[in-house]
Amino acid sequence: MTTSAMPGRPAKQSRFRRKALPYLLSLPALLMCIGILIPFITAVYYSLLRYRLNLPAMKGFIWFQNYLNFFTDPKFWNTLKISLVYAGLTVVLELVLGLAIALLLQKRTRLNNFLSILLLLPLMTAPALAALMWKLMTNPNFGILSYLVSLLGFPDMKWGSDPATALFTVTLVDVWVYTPFMMILLLAGLRSLPPAPFEAAALDGVPRSFVFFRITLPMLMPYILTATLFRLLDSIQQFDIIYAMTQGGPGDKLLVFQVQAYLDFFQATNVGRSAALMIILWAITYALSNVFIKQWLKLREKAHGAA
Amino acid sequence: MDHTSTLEKVIRGVLITLVVIFFMFPIVWIFLMSFQTNESILRIPPSVVFTPTFDNYIALVTGEMRTAAGSLQLDFMRNLWNSVLLSSVSVVIALILGVPAAYAFARFKFRLGEDIAFTLLSFRFAPPLLVLLPLSLYFKTLGLTNTYVGLIWVYQLICLPLILWIVRGYFEDLSPDIEHAHRIAGYSWFQTFRKIAIPLALPGIAAAGLLAFIFAWNNFVFALVLASADKQPVTVGALAFVTASGIQYGQIAAAIIFSIVPTFVLAMFAQRYLVEGLSLGAVKG
Repeated sequence: MTTSAMPGRPAKQSRFRRKALPYLLSLPALLMCIGILIPFITAVYYSLLRYRLNLPAMKGFIWFQNYLNFFTDPKFWNTLKISLVYAGLTVVLELVLGLAIALLLQKRTRLNNFLSILLLLPLMTAPALAALMWKLMTNPNFGILSYLVSLLGFPDMKWGSDPATALFTVTLVDVWVYTPFMMILLLAGLRSLPPAPFEAAALDGVPRSFVFFRITLPMLMPYILTATLFRLLDSIQQFDIIYAMTQGGPGDKLLVFQVQAYLDFFQATNVGRSAALMIILWAITYALSNVFIKQWLKLREKAHGAA
Repeated sequence: MDHTSTLEKVIRGVLITLVVIFFMFPIVWIFLMSFQTNESILRIPPSVVFTPTFDNYIALVTGEMRTAAGSLQLDFMRNLWNSVLLSSVSVVIALILGVPAAYAFARFKFRLGEDIAFTLLSFRFAPPLLVLLPLSLYFKTLGLTNTYVGLIWVYQLICLPLILWIVRGYFEDLSPDIEHAHRIAGYSWFQTFRKIAIPLALPGIAAAGLLAFIFAWNNFVFALVLASADKQPVTVGALAFVTASGIQYGQIAAAIIFSIVPTFVLAMFAQRYLVEGLSLGAVKG
């Protein structure tokens, strides 16, 4: 006979039901996402094909040829270089600025709390819309920023449409959107540091630069690492800001991984190359996310107690 | 520690002012722009003195734009509605699926449990186009291209990991003792979950939902690849609007304000939980 769970008698619940419960609770969420694993496998498969949507007759299995082609393809090296430069530049700037702002707002005063919330607004703005906002402000005809830099002696700054300033312009938008992320995480970190070492240092009259480099920074390091890796993971995949601002142009100036793959797919209809590019990006993010998750788990344990 | 000199106070004040100007200026400027006519926007030098007009907003709401060349139909309200629909339905589904799963991961140690939890987390970090591009071909075959169902499904990739990992943290912070007591009193597992665990974790669940809503609302690339004009949310719609309307800068500004205000308002409600949400539960504010 099967033992069905009687209401009011949970202790008699069958062992099967007790064991199955967590699976029953978590599987719907997993199943919802499992549909995503299929396109992932498809992407791996596509990356091994010669597959152009406009030349269906040429479709064929070519093993790793798409990847091997990258070695001699200056376009690929350009993509890799731009992506790394973009990620490195934005994350370093955001870290330095975010840390500086967090230090400015460290004291728990009403004004500082209010400002730290106010400064989150850029982060709550959709990155694509943020790019549009900056596009309006850098319009050569009426943009306020174009006007302001013309007063400073740069009358013909073309911002996103000039190869010389395109990277600077999208970096500016990225910094505007994501510095608050660094700021708010590091601020939370700073405020959670135990006060004792700082009080002792103040009593002993230790110079402030020493306190910063020898006490604050090392104690803050877990937060810095987690926030930096988090941003690095997102920044190397940046699409919204660059696509909305310049579509990867001018020329090949801003063809980062995802923008290049998007254009390969929809404009050149070269599915094989596009898939291979995405697999390489995925490998990079996978390696990064493994490092990230270790850091993130450490902090998470601290936040939720080791209990 | 409090022997800061006047000079230092002044320097701090100046720096904070500069920071606030840099981060607030674009929002304020676009806000002002949305109340200006094109003539006043194009004036050089730019000026903050102008007679405000609601024409840009009226044009967006009524869907009709009067220009010198005649009237032009706009459908930005449709984009706004799409954003509301896609984000809210996605969040509701993610909550229905994610909260029980979060509870399972928090309360039970089970085989493969952590593997499943981390698999779901890994979706947050994979490049979206990796799956979106093949998915766009599948969606064509399945008839899911440009449907709300298809979009809401892929939006789970944004909402589910977020809700799962934030809510899990909240459940872990609750002591299981109350639940045990309730179970011993003879209530079923489900009754305990519904009457004890969920109400206690409710603030966290609500905050996770608000955050997931903001992230879904701000998403751009999913709908760019998988939807056409009539199903696109504001992020993609605003970009298309720029191309279509060309030089109606005031209306572009108004459309941007329309699109960012909802997330700003929600962020204010969720502000206490923002730090925890943004770090996926790793840092508490």
